[in-house]
Amino acid sequence: MEAVRRVISVVVLNEAQVLARVSGLFAARGYNIESLTVAPIPETDMSRITIVTKGNKRVIEQITKQLHKLIPTFKVIEHEEMVEKELALIKFPIEESLSDIQVLCQAYNGGIANVGEKMVIGMVTDEPARVKHFIEAAKRYSPIEIVRGGVVAIER
Amino acid sequence: MKMSGAQMICEAIIAEGIKTVFGYPGGAIMNVYDEIYKQNKFEHILTRHEQAAVHAADGYARASGEVGVAMVTSGPGFTNAVTGIATAYTDSIPLVVISGQVPLSLIGTDGFQEIDAVGISRSCTKHNYLVRTLEELPRVLKEAFYIARSGRPGPVLVDVPKDITGEIGEFFYPSEVNLPSYKPNYKGNNRQIHKAAKAILEAKKPLLYIGGGAVLSGAAEIVRELAWMTQIPAVETLMSRGVMGAKNPLLLGMLGMHGNYASNMAMSETDLVISLGARFDDRVTGKLSEFAKYADVIHVDIDPANIAKLVDVDYPIVGDIKTVVEKLIPLLKEEIRTERYQVWRDILGRYDELHPLLYNDSDEVIKPQWAIERLGELVGEQAIITSDVGQHQMWAAQFYPFDRPNQWINSGGLGTMGFGFPAAIGAKKAVPEKTVINITGDGSILMNVQELVTAAEHRIPVINVILNNHFLGMVRQWQTFFYDKRYSETDLSYQPNWKMLAEACGGIGYDVTTKEEFDAAIKDAIAQDKVAFVNVAIARLENVLPMVPSGGALYNMLLEHKEEK
Repeated sequence: MEAVRRVISVVVLNEAQVLARVSGLFAARGYNIESLTVAPIPETDMSRITIVTKGNKRVIEQITKQLHKLIPTFKVIEHEEMVEKELALIKFPIEESLSDIQVLCQAYNGGIANVGEKMVIGMVTDEPARVKHFIEAAKRYSPIEIVRGGVVAIER
Repeated sequence: MKMSGAQMICEAIIAEGIKTVFGYPGGAIMNVYDEIYKQNKFEHILTRHEQAAVHAADGYARASGEVGVAMVTSGPGFTNAVTGIATAYTDSIPLVVISGQVPLSLIGTDGFQEIDAVGISRSCTKHNYLVRTLEELPRVLKEAFYIARSGRPGPVLVDVPKDITGEIGEFFYPSEVNLPSYKPNYKGNNRQIHKAAKAILEAKKPLLYIGGGAVLSGAAEIVRELAWMTQIPAVETLMSRGVMGAKNPLLLGMLGMHGNYASNMAMSETDLVISLGARFDDRVTGKLSEFAKYADVIHVDIDPANIAKLVDVDYPIVGDIKTVVEKLIPLLKEEIRTERYQVWRDILGRYDELHPLLYNDSDEVIKPQWAIERLGELVGEQAIITSDVGQHQMWAAQFYPFDRPNQWINSGGLGTMGFGFPAAIGAKKAVPEKTVINITGDGSILMNVQELVTAAEHRIPVINVILNNHFLGMVRQWQTFFYDKRYSETDLSYQPNWKMLAEACGGIGYDVTTKEEFDAAIKDAIAQDKVAFVNVAIARLENVLPMVPSGGALYNMLLEHKEEK
């Protein structure tokens, strides 16, 4: 069976240990995590964990079932029709062309986030595949540091 | 009512109707032990090792169907308990394990006897808690018992810091839990059940594949009814021995690595597997691609994650075995034509005639299979049988005539040596009117041998039948078959004097080398009402057969008994 990429959202009770239960499950059963983001859901006592994973059909099915089995798990969403976005921050030396960087960031739904004495920080928010393209394109401006935020997704 | 956290723990145990708690005190749990001392509503059995305390609670749970409770201290007390917890987890046994923890202010400082209990036990508990406030303690205890026994049962750890057990607060034990994220599904989807019924009516060679879930669900009676009404043959897993009853003509036997020929051939040739609470373990399936190759699969399980985990399932039904089978029966009752499966039953009957479960008995030396059969004749239905892990476990599963569920108690999933003796102690506490016999080996028994003292002190007369081949027999068997007889570290010729060992601890011992001595020792041990070791010298190189070599197809069995010198 072929390995496919899947984005899975897990709605959990926001309590101690809950992230360890989720990530520990992936470690213990040998599942793959490409990215994992977590934040509280506003005005509830719940958190939403977005996980990007890879596996064949049986593995993905097991992942969703095992996640669901955790006592603090309310809901597991295996995304199909979704909007997914990822944020990335890139730091460039100030010597690089500011206008070039700005145009590049704008092409990927971002802009200049901060400029200092020695550096300029660009920010983009886009689909994960496009963020990858952006990082490729940014290479010619000698990036000092790249931080990717991990994927968040919402079902359409 | 105002009381300490320690008192709350005792009150919860009483409210849950627990008669016996197994445990071992230590610094961080002392507040609770002080309250245990002051009450007389439940009994506490002091084992001589924390692992044994958890196994005893486990045996108590398996024999009674109730939740077992074990209590240990922090640090090494807890880590010693981990093997017991993992054993219960793998076999889905409801336990509540209460462990002491260092005071809240010391957590994270590498304090004396501090260890991250919830971290360590996360992957071998159904759920676990580190209690952070006294206010949440009653709720956590209530949830722990509820989670342990509901849905697919399992062990729950409650780790309680010492300052919380010492603190005084208001106690109100909730009558219900409020767990919106945890709702086990017992009912089973009606449409799927209808489809499954149709598949059964259309099948030519259906087979009931009965797992430990049938025992846990209390479904033995209804499963027997289903089999009887439909006349569909059945195979049992290691965990479900007793569900069908040994004398049931529809029972082919145990399947899997050491299953009998007819059972494994039935699974290889069936066109419809009706799985009731089994989980397609590798020791059952052998080579997966060859397992039930010609069959559609109905899989009834309370844990959705068990369904389609290893094999494709055509009729998935998430639900309690008893409830689902109760719904299935009326759908079949009118339309079932039992003669439809006659050809199939005849084929399987011929397989069983071709290669029945046999052994070559001997007049010179006791054969382990004879000992088990004889034990079955002597105590039969009246006994609860526990076992350790290895050859003796397989022989017991093959040759003991199990007549009812909860009669056979063994560590099937994790395969924990040292399980049998403390589990027998727990089973005897739960069901004192039954004779409790641990069938064990000369390897396994030493792994919790200190429990002789526990059993002697509390006058818990369990009988340990040691099938002694002076080998770590199952590993030796694999070395014979697959490692060219290089017996690396499996020769146990150096042994204690078993009789003296038992007697040194306040029990009674017997050395048995003949069949007459075997009968006499068992009868005397039952009459003595003392913890006993019956040391039975058995044929040294006897192998467990049939055997499906690891990873091989179920239909490729080693059947021959070659006498080895």
